[in-house]
Formats: sequence, structure tokens, C-alpha cells
Amino acid sequence: MSVLQTALQIAHAVRTGAQSASGTVQQALARIDAENPAINALTQVFHAEALARAERIDAQVALGQDPGPLAGVPVAIKDNICTTLGMTTCASRMLAEYRSPFDATAVEKLLAAGAVIIAKANLDEFAMGSSTENSIHGPTRNPHDHTRVPGGSSGGSAAAVAAGLVPVALGSDTGGSIRQPASHCGVVGLKPTYGRVSRYGLVAYASSLDQIGPLTRTVADAGLVASVIAGHDRRDSTCAPTTADDITATLSTLDNVPKGLVVGVPRQAQGQGNSPGVVQALARTAEAFVTAGARVVEIDLPHAGAAIAAYYLIATAEASSNLARFDGIRYGHRATLAPGEGLGALYCKSRSEGFSPEVQRRIMLGTYALSSGYYDAYYGTALKVRRLIKQDYDQAFANGAHVVVMPAAPGPAFEIGSKAADPLAMYLEDIYTVGVNLAGLPAISVPVATETIRGKALPIGMQLIAPPLGEGVLLRAAALLERTGA
Amino acid sequence: MPDQPPPAPALTAADIRHIARLACLSPTDAQIADYQTNLAAVLGYVGHLRTLDLAGVAPLATPLPTTGPMDPDEPGQMLPPATLLKMAPATDGPFIAVPKVLGESEGGGGA
Repeated sequence: MSVLQTALQIAHAVRTGAQSASGTVQQALARIDAENPAINALTQVFHAEALARAERIDAQVALGQDPGPLAGVPVAIKDNICTTLGMTTCASRMLAEYRSPFDATAVEKLLAAGAVIIAKANLDEFAMGSSTENSIHGPTRNPHDHTRVPGGSSGGSAAAVAAGLVPVALGSDTGGSIRQPASHCGVVGLKPTYGRVSRYGLVAYASSLDQIGPLTRTVADAGLVASVIAGHDRRDSTCAPTTADDITATLSTLDNVPKGLVVGVPRQAQGQGNSPGVVQALARTAEAFVTAGARVVEIDLPHAGAAIAAYYLIATAEASSNLARFDGIRYGHRATLAPGEGLGALYCKSRSEGFSPEVQRRIMLGTYALSSGYYDAYYGTALKVRRLIKQDYDQAFANGAHVVVMPAAPGPAFEIGSKAADPLAMYLEDIYTVGVNLAGLPAISVPVATETIRGKALPIGMQLIAPPLGEGVLLRAAALLERTGA
Repeated sequence: MPDQPPPAPALTAADIRHIARLACLSPTDAQIADYQTNLAAVLGYVGHLRTLDLAGVAPLATPLPTTGPMDPDEPGQMLPPATLLKMAPATDGPFIAVPKVLGESEGGGGA
């Protein structure tokens, strides 16, 4: 069964009448039905609804109307992004039956551009994880090796694209949750600048870090989807008052090598914890940029080593506040009370039954960091470190780097269960990605190499990072890397 | 409070229960034992932030260069009450049903 075309190819063919949206969706559904059971990337598939929408798009084309730049493109949505179609479970018992009464802004924009929402994608519960093992729907398996994780928390989205079930999936990235699974699954994952894409309808994990972005097979598709979902939204007060015009303009110049491109390679990215394949991929990526005419310089991010600690204090502190809304009253799981138990017991029992141990652990850590007597020492300290980390990037860009390159993860995908019992080991999986979220920068993971372990070629992605709102240069540098390889 | 985190704390079961009460969670004894190990390990790890010189550094709560733009204060659309009630786990006619609030015992968190 053939893998679907890219989003650009599908949209072009549907808009010109060379191919029907219905046929495209039927092909995607057939592939999902055949391949998804083995990897569990998609948790809800909308057969009838997707076909009905595809038929409406075909009818538009027949009438001479343009359905939009994503005409007929099947898209999977990470299940922490609200859709009126199906349920929005966040892979949690807490929201196992939750039906959103509205679509997220990003989903609205996809629909307005002619996309077809075909499925919801698996994730770590409430996006808290790096492996997509922690889900009420069961773990997602890496399409390249079913004994390994796809990364997380957008592991379902990444695996679905990698397996060719959909050409596009939306994910969310709080500390690397788009880029790390993209790296592990061998697809492209773009985390836009904080504020580029509305968070309205994204179930909040850590509001100052969360950002929605696309996972695709090509850089051009990532840029195309970003150009559709970006832009100001009054319903998200942190959404930047900008348009997506610059991203759209970049799409026609992706093949142009940015003139005088300066690529910064942080000393701190050449860590001893990197796998041999990642060490080699980073060196070859730098060589590829040099060969393409870029200038590669070593840079210093002196506080990079503190990023994980600062991130896990800030993210869990924000999570403890955001997840306080899940109390069994207005929506979500409600526990059954024993005679004589009251409202307080309802809160505690509903939350303890509804949240998994990992989510509870993060709420506990965040509550501790915010509690009286520890706020300044933990949360306040982390916020100061956050400023230093952002200043490091600001300095690197001020010194002339147009993009920074570093691994998206210290190694290829790890085996299912191998880090489940050690939260700290799992957190360290995000060592190269969390700094970007703390600084609010755009970044993209591009597959550049493989590392063979026990006979399986496992993908390795390289991460490119740009200044705020620098998606243009980011996409062009990523396209260059995609063309040349590492 | 000092600016630097204290040494990696030895979390007692009572400490864990206190945090859990703040977080509205009811951990089992097994979870409490797990938290004593794993939370302490994480807190020990994040404690290395104390080695940084943070004198004069202002905290950064958001990467945005400015505060959010202000929009005109105009009435927006609300969800219909029937839609809101449909989401609630328990209802009583046109109301969301909740357990008794007044007169709860200690630990119930009521009035």
C-alpha cells in the first residue's frame, strides 16, 4: 500500500482537479486501517466524517471554488488539541469522555484552508512525557522498530507521519514534544516562536512554554502548515500581533541558500552523553553547511546545562496551576463518594483517580516549588535562570549567528519501558530541547542520519534554532539541510 | 527566604502528605514512598541551580517581549447553558450537581 503524497502534492492535485479529495482520504483511511493497529499512533479515526468532508471539498472544486492551500490534505490532531469532532481525551482518564464544544483556533484555520481532520493522535497524558508510553490508550510504537518508543509527547503525531498514515499531524511542544519525537521517528517537526500560533483550544500544560506546530515528512510541508495556522488570535492574549505573511513568502524561496548564512554550533551540544550516531550526525551537519557555503562557528551557551532544572521547575509549577481546573465538577472524571464525604473529598478523589502517577508526580513537584517557604528558592530561582538562558541565545544571535544547530535528542529512540521507572532519566531526554521553550524561540528538527542498533536503522534528527519570529531563515536553512543531508 | 535552594531535601511522609493536600491529591502509601524517592531525586537535581551566580538577575516569567496586547472590551459569544451542562459529570435540572459543601469534616476541604 503506497505512502501518501506530501501535503503540497495533494493540495496541488486536488485544487487543479487532477486528484479527488475523496480518493485521497480513502487511501489514507485504508492505510490507517492496515498499519495503525501495529503502532497505535492514532486513537480515534473519523472514517465517515472525513469522507463526507472530502466529498464537500470535491464539490467545491467541481464548482470552480478553491478549497484552500491544504485542499483535501488528511491531518491528524494531537489529542490535547480541542476538536468538535470526536473526543479530546489528553490521553487521560480525567478526560476520557470529554467532548469539546469548540475547535482550537489552529484546527479552525486548518479547516478553513481545506484540510480534512481524519484522526486524533496519541500522546503522553496531558503532554507530560518523552515517550508516549504514559497514555490511557496504551503506548505508541516507533514505526522503525516496534520495540522502541516514538518519543513524546507528540509521539502519535510523529509515528503517524513516519508510517505514512497522514502527511501532516499537529503536535504541541512544551519542552521538545514536537522536535524529539520528530527526531526519533525520522520526520520534520517545527516548533514555532512562542506566540506565533494561537494556543486557544490547546489544553494547557505550561502556558508560558506551550506552542502548537506541525509534524510532516518535508520541510516545505512544515512551512506550508505553519503559514496556515500562524497569526494573531484575539482569543489568546499571548498570541503575537503578527501575520504569517513572512512564512508564506518563504515558501517560494525555500530552495535558495540564505546568503552569508552563519551557523552556530554550541560547545555544550557536543556533550559526552551523545550517542555515537548523534556525535557523527552533528559533525556531518556542520560539514554540510560549510559545503553549501555557510560559515560555521562555535558558540557558547554557558547556561545550557541548567536548562533541564529550570524547565522542570517552571513547567511543573505552571502545570500544578493549570491542572487545578480538573476537579470533577464542571467536566472530566468525577469520583464516587462514600456516605458523609463532601466537596473536598470529591476534589481529591476525582483528581487522584483521574490523573496517572506521572501527572500527579509533576503536580506534586510544581506544588512544592510554589509552596510557602520554597517559592523563591525553587520557582523564583528557575525564573532567573530562564532569563540567563534567553540572554545566551540573544547573545549568540547578536554575535552574528543566523541559526544555531544542535541535536534534537542525545540519542536515537530508546526501548519501551527502559526509562519508565526513572523520571529523572526520562526528563534528561529533553536536554537539547527545553532551552528553546524557555527562550520562546522557533526551532525545527530535520532527519539527517540513522544509527543502526541491533540491525535496525533508527533515525536521528538535527535541530535548528532561530531568533524570535525567524521562521523564514529557519525553514530555508532546514530545507538546505534536507537537500544536502548530513 | 534565602535566594538559593536548600540542600536536596529528605522528604518525610508527612511532607508528602502536606504537599498532596495543597495539590488536592490523595496519594496511597505506595505513592508516598515513591514520591519520597523520586521527588527527592528530582529536587536534588534541580538544586544544582544554586551554583549559578544570580545576583542582580531579574526573573523572566514569559519569553514575550511585551505584555499581551489589549483588545477592546466587547461582549463575546458564550457557550449555551445546555452545552455547558452537557459537559458536567453530574447535573440536577438546570444546575451542575455538587456534594454538600457546608458542615464538612476535616480533610473534606469544605466550608
